[in-house]
Amino acid sequence: MSEAVLRTRLRNGLEVRLKEIHTAPLISSWVWYRVGARNEVPGITGISHWVEHMQFKGTPLFPTGTLDRAISREGGTWNAFTWMDWTAYFETMPQDRIELALRVEADRMQNSLFDPAEVESERSVIISEREGSENEPTFRLSEEVHAAAFRVHPYHHMTIGDMADLHTISRDDLYGHYKRHYLPGNAVLAVAGNFKTSTMLRRVRELFGSIPSGPIPEYSNRPEPEQPGERRVTVEGPGQTSFLELAYQGPEATHEDFVPMAVLDSALTGASNLNLFGGGISNKTSRLYKKLVEGELAASVVGGLAATVHPYLYSIMVTVRPESSPEKVLTALDEEIERMLDKAVTVEEVARAIKQAKALFAYASESITNQGFWLGYSEMFADYAWFETYLDRLSKVTPDQVLEVARKRLVPTKRVVGVYRPNGTAAAA
Amino acid sequence: MGQLPRLDIKTLPGPETILRRELGNGITFLARENFSSPSVVVSGYLRAGSLQEEPDMAGLASMTAASLMRGTQKRKFGQIYESIESIGARLNFSASKHSISFSAKALAEDLGVLLDLLHEVLLTPTFPKAQVDRLRAEMLTGLGIRDQETSARADLAFNELIYKGHPYAIPTEGTKGTVAQLTATNVRSFHRKYFRPAGMVICIVGGVKARKAANAVSTRFSSWKANGKAPDLSVPSVKPPRGLKRVRVGLEGKSQADLVMGTAGPSRSDPDFLLAALANNILGRFGMFGRIGDVVREQAGLAYYAYSTLAGGDGPGPWQVVAGVNPSNLEQAIELIRGELTKIIKEPPDEDELGDNKANFIGRLPLQLESNEGVAGAIVNAERHSLGIDYFQKYPDLVARVTRDEILRVAQRFIDPDNLAIASAGPPVAGGKPAGRKPGKKKGAGRRPKARGSKT
Repeated sequence: MSEAVLRTRLRNGLEVRLKEIHTAPLISSWVWYRVGARNEVPGITGISHWVEHMQFKGTPLFPTGTLDRAISREGGTWNAFTWMDWTAYFETMPQDRIELALRVEADRMQNSLFDPAEVESERSVIISEREGSENEPTFRLSEEVHAAAFRVHPYHHMTIGDMADLHTISRDDLYGHYKRHYLPGNAVLAVAGNFKTSTMLRRVRELFGSIPSGPIPEYSNRPEPEQPGERRVTVEGPGQTSFLELAYQGPEATHEDFVPMAVLDSALTGASNLNLFGGGISNKTSRLYKKLVEGELAASVVGGLAATVHPYLYSIMVTVRPESSPEKVLTALDEEIERMLDKAVTVEEVARAIKQAKALFAYASESITNQGFWLGYSEMFADYAWFETYLDRLSKVTPDQVLEVARKRLVPTKRVVGVYRPNGTAAAA
Repeated sequence: MGQLPRLDIKTLPGPETILRRELGNGITFLARENFSSPSVVVSGYLRAGSLQEEPDMAGLASMTAASLMRGTQKRKFGQIYESIESIGARLNFSASKHSISFSAKALAEDLGVLLDLLHEVLLTPTFPKAQVDRLRAEMLTGLGIRDQETSARADLAFNELIYKGHPYAIPTEGTKGTVAQLTATNVRSFHRKYFRPAGMVICIVGGVKARKAANAVSTRFSSWKANGKAPDLSVPSVKPPRGLKRVRVGLEGKSQADLVMGTAGPSRSDPDFLLAALANNILGRFGMFGRIGDVVREQAGLAYYAYSTLAGGDGPGPWQVVAGVNPSNLEQAIELIRGELTKIIKEPPDEDELGDNKANFIGRLPLQLESNEGVAGAIVNAERHSLGIDYFQKYPDLVARVTRDEILRVAQRFIDPDNLAIASAGPPVAGGKPAGRKPGKKKGAGRRPKARGSKT
């Protein structure tokens, strides 16, 4: 799956991963911090994502606005993402321009300004981002399903944060969060592309090696207790369409159940695309598509398994046809789950899951940006070997293992059933 | 002004690396090899589209495109999808005003499977009634969702304002009213009348030999009988709006308002298109969404997204500014955007700003052409708009030659801040008069929202 990867650690604790790829005149640089929504408590939900926004608001060396201009001028692209376990920043640049990206990341690891006026301006941008999400019924539903699935664990809240906190988080809260978590020892620098490893490593040492290390914040986990019974939530809102979301307790990425679960997901709802970039494939031969969509109860069904640090969710989202109902869909869906628990998937279904995963990983390998993504992303919940050995591990999965994991995980008492029910509001004329 | 990036022209797609052939029945074949990739992409289009629908059958071209994979003379729906999903491949069709497009991807070893299927579904679809009925119900569900989306509703309202009486006013995917009437018979008839090889383009990029790919296409498609010339799918020009034409669509229960404002822009083949694309980049794309992003998002903090987009395409597609704002900030956002539209027609960009944007246009080529999809899309686009297969090699010079006065001229030709369509959709405004027609997942959160693309 990959060429040689250099793995090293600087004295200040920064983990470095370098991978030479000589297929295009590009280099993609990623910095991953081990901080996300799981590091937040009520009162500061959404703060990791907001800090990510502030990282684009300037340092003394690169005042606000100058970087957007500089990166674009060089023909590069950059962006950042925050999720439950991590915050990531990337730049993909023409190979001879990567210096700018490295300098920027080294600089904003320690020198971001968090100017109070910029904080206030960004507050309304982030509130606007949340309001845009609130316009989507599936966001509203998923938010409630998460809250029901995680009573104790911080996966409880969405990455964007609760509106109440977005109104009250202060500049000092943000700056404190930044200073606590943005440390070389809490980060991974991953660079992939057309460079010579020894030259790149030298430059990385020069730019990042002198950044002072600091105490790595301790993460005190609050594990979610065993769920004592099925939980149901209903969200009412505008629209004409009902949605049904089922969330089962899923394994963390390093759990032995994860790979058999990926095969189960492939058979039930179609292969999940674990890549950040690039499209997936259709799921019209999956069991739930056949049952629900060909059965004319639903317009679509998608499933999702995500690689996370702590046990997360295996979720299934169904768009219900207007003449059907969430209740009818749930009955049919449960019949199909029952079949999954009754008898092992076929050898053909396992073979298909493997081939689909192989194809999706092959497609992913074509993009330098995606290669850089995997180099760091995999370190957030496991290590790069997790990615490198994934297909091997997948190809060893047996139908019996899938049956075992289904019986363990697809249990009604360990799930949340969420329904979005339209209140029939029509567009005001 | 700094120096512009210098690209190695030989690395860009051009006559040396693109194989182009015309089959006797009017199909144009294009290919470019990329053996560093394990995959292959097949993309292209037929000259048939929603312009050929009757207005009361809006959505028929889309339904026909979506129905192609629902059954053929040889195979049923389940067998068709089994053949591609079992190998991790994909094949999708979509309709637009001027074309039916296809895009497919597979491991390079499976090119034959893709081409067999492409041929089979284009030439021998059966459109089984039960399948088309099911698809219609799915489309109606989709339209029900669309009708509650603020961004889609603002866009639809914008098109009605700008393209009143023009075919572009009609949504390609139709409305609940029109789609509900469509039948398998309509779909079969549309396919029989309009699907023909003349004008079809098929492009293959990836880890396969170009000549081998050419033979694979020729073997399968050269016997498709010509059945006449490619149709004329040209559209009338559009008169600019007079005054500020305003529509507000009220949607109960929404938090955010979406705003779409602008006018009709140039087609891709308009000689001014490249200038307009550069002007658009300055206006609402460069860096964090250009001047508009700077004023509306970065300075005023009014929106998560505020950017401009230029459609290009086969006709006078829209030149729009799009923003998502809190309803109480809507009027302020409109005025700030109008201010930027005024600025861009009053004075040319300075040398630094123009230089930055030129550098961006040239420097980003390697990134845009990194993937097989990117290369195939660019080659198909060049063929479609008669830009020539040496277009990408000429492109850096074309960009470098653009002057400040040309940017001013093209902005003045298309943009008039006092004559615009302004459509918004969001929560009904208290005391206001919401107006408008009544038709029928991302990972985590991030700094930069996904903007709709603008072509260069």
